[in-house]
Amino acid sequence: MTAFGKLVRTTAFRLTLVYLFLFAIFAASLLGYFAWNTRRLITEEITQTVNAETSEINEIYGRRGLLGLSRAIEYRALRPGANLYLVTTPTGQAVAGNVGALAPGVMATAGWSETAYRRIEDADERDHRALVRVTEMSNGFRLLIGRDLDERRRLFGIVAKAAQWSILIVVVLGLGGGVFVARRVLTRIDAMSGTAHRIMTGDLSERLPVGRSGDELDRLAQNLNAMLERIEALMAGLKEVSDNIAHDLKTPLTRLRNRAEEALAKSGGEADYRAALERTIEESDGLIRTFNALLMIARAESGQARGNMDDFDAAEVANGIHELYEPLAEDDGMTLNVRCEPTPVHANRELISQALANLVENAIKYGKPAAQAAGTVVSLDSRQITIEAKREGDQVLLSVTDRGLGIPEADRKHVVERFVRLEASRTLPGSGLGLSLASAVATLHGGELRLGDAQPGLVATLVLPARAGDRVAPPMQDVPQKVA
Amino acid sequence: MTAADRTMRLLIIEDDRESADYLVKAFREVGHIADHAGDGEEGLAMAESGDYDVLVVDRMLPKRDGLSLIGALRDKGESTPVLILSALGQVDDRIKGLRAGGDDYLPKPYSFAELLARVEVLSRRRGGPAEDTLYRVGDLELDRLSHRVARGKDELTLQPREFRLLEYLMKHAGQVVTRTMLLENVWDYHFDPQTNVIDVHISRLRSKIDKGFERPLLHTIRGAGYMIRDGIR
Repeated sequence: MTAFGKLVRTTAFRLTLVYLFLFAIFAASLLGYFAWNTRRLITEEITQTVNAETSEINEIYGRRGLLGLSRAIEYRALRPGANLYLVTTPTGQAVAGNVGALAPGVMATAGWSETAYRRIEDADERDHRALVRVTEMSNGFRLLIGRDLDERRRLFGIVAKAAQWSILIVVVLGLGGGVFVARRVLTRIDAMSGTAHRIMTGDLSERLPVGRSGDELDRLAQNLNAMLERIEALMAGLKEVSDNIAHDLKTPLTRLRNRAEEALAKSGGEADYRAALERTIEESDGLIRTFNALLMIARAESGQARGNMDDFDAAEVANGIHELYEPLAEDDGMTLNVRCEPTPVHANRELISQALANLVENAIKYGKPAAQAAGTVVSLDSRQITIEAKREGDQVLLSVTDRGLGIPEADRKHVVERFVRLEASRTLPGSGLGLSLASAVATLHGGELRLGDAQPGLVATLVLPARAGDRVAPPMQDVPQKVA
Repeated sequence: MTAADRTMRLLIIEDDRESADYLVKAFREVGHIADHAGDGEEGLAMAESGDYDVLVVDRMLPKRDGLSLIGALRDKGESTPVLILSALGQVDDRIKGLRAGGDDYLPKPYSFAELLARVEVLSRRRGGPAEDTLYRVGDLELDRLSHRVARGKDELTLQPREFRLLEYLMKHAGQVVTRTMLLENVWDYHFDPQTNVIDVHISRLRSKIDKGFERPLLHTIRGAGYMIRDGIR
């Protein structure tokens, strides 16, 4: 498509054409109305003047006879800008007046007519036009009084010229404006399509240009950029998952295979085989769990689980998880507390429960003070784990606080990534997916997983939007992604 | 693996030949009768004609998928319990399966012990007596109406959740109950805890009902789960 073709096809340009047409029609009808009315007014005025003068002359004729009439007419005819006067005898001889020539037959019919005429004193041969009234007086004499129509024609000419100019100006300004607006929009749209094209060819880090005016195109560009951000994060997540699967699932699979191979090679007794097989089953169970967790995270991140949302009180979930884990914590020498207030949410109950369970399991596993881990007696306070559900503005906070070592600030962003396990926890069992899942679940609900310092210890908070009367869909959040 | 105390007739509708053979063999080894159908249509025909105690249905089948098969059976008034096996292990898939008329749902991959325990519970539910108000195992008694639990002459004080746990175990007395079944039925959670939470609850319960008594009633079945029963057969 040529540049001009593109320009002409833009919506802005087409709209301009439509408006141009409408404005031209408007201007034409306005001027037409004006011209028509002016013409009518002038005609009316002429008619009145002529009528008045006709009756005056008639009166003079009645009082002073033909001589008086002739004198009055000669007198009036000499005034500057005089009307047209002509008095004829019954045979058509001119008796008095300032009309030199008339179109034939004008004097024959009484009443109004428009005619060409020439004044006696006119030197040129040009015909003028006039509106005249012929009246028959007694004795067959005829009187013509009229007025030149030049004024009317000149006025009409002015209006016509004004119409021509204004339409020309409307067209030029309209077309110019249209081209300007269309080109402006077209340049920006072209820039956007160019970027979109580059993105399609694979460069997902490209972003659409956003201007500073905050107009509709800027807002569109901003939203598209947010969408791209999300897509890029999802793609990064996907890539991360495949990388992680390659690495973290292959390792236990290799171990599994080696173990089976070893058991086959060693010709041990039945007990050896049994032990090897049992370890194999244990290892594959672990793999299945990891796989399930990965799938769950992927589902939460892709938003598929959004279908199963219910209205419920997050405090119920907190109490339920407390009830489930309280004995486990106690067996581990910890105390699990719960503090709740009504916290209405619209969420996937199963996922929220699982996310909170993961946080509690983490707290039980890693939330022991260093001294306790080493077996020394520590104060009772340091063995507390608290689950808390509370409402803060339009957010619901589901938090788990422990008094353990916490997570150094530098690592907090890092630990929500899949399979990330900090040095200190590597020896304990676990897949390294617990926080990833909790974070994905929070993101799915339009919230986030916040990790903070409980001084000492870790406070992990699921921040969820509270249920309000008629909330709109929660805004998207970035999914956690690897920092390069 | 415990030997079945009652022979069940099972129909396994599964298109993967190897898993089907494995299941048929495994069920026969523990003393049940198991038939096999390789696709949805064959499965439907066999399920209608044969008198089975439990159907084990794969969700994705050639010719007619598992959910539509269950729907067709239920439409014909056939109430044989159905356990759905599926590679789709997510919560909403499970809900979909149960809504279609399935009685239980087990995501793949599963352990045979888990499948067996669930199938036995399903078959018992069908053949067993109506819900009793009083459960009794040996000298342990649980009154579901008054929420009283007693062992011999001793009254036992249980937490509400311990009561529900014991209630579920006693309802399925003599049957293996897996950890997942307990988590699903007593706590209504369908996720997979990474820790041994259920074991801790069981050991608490055990300390209340078995501690100080000569005959233990609550048994751990290695590699499978738990069972409450009187004496070892």
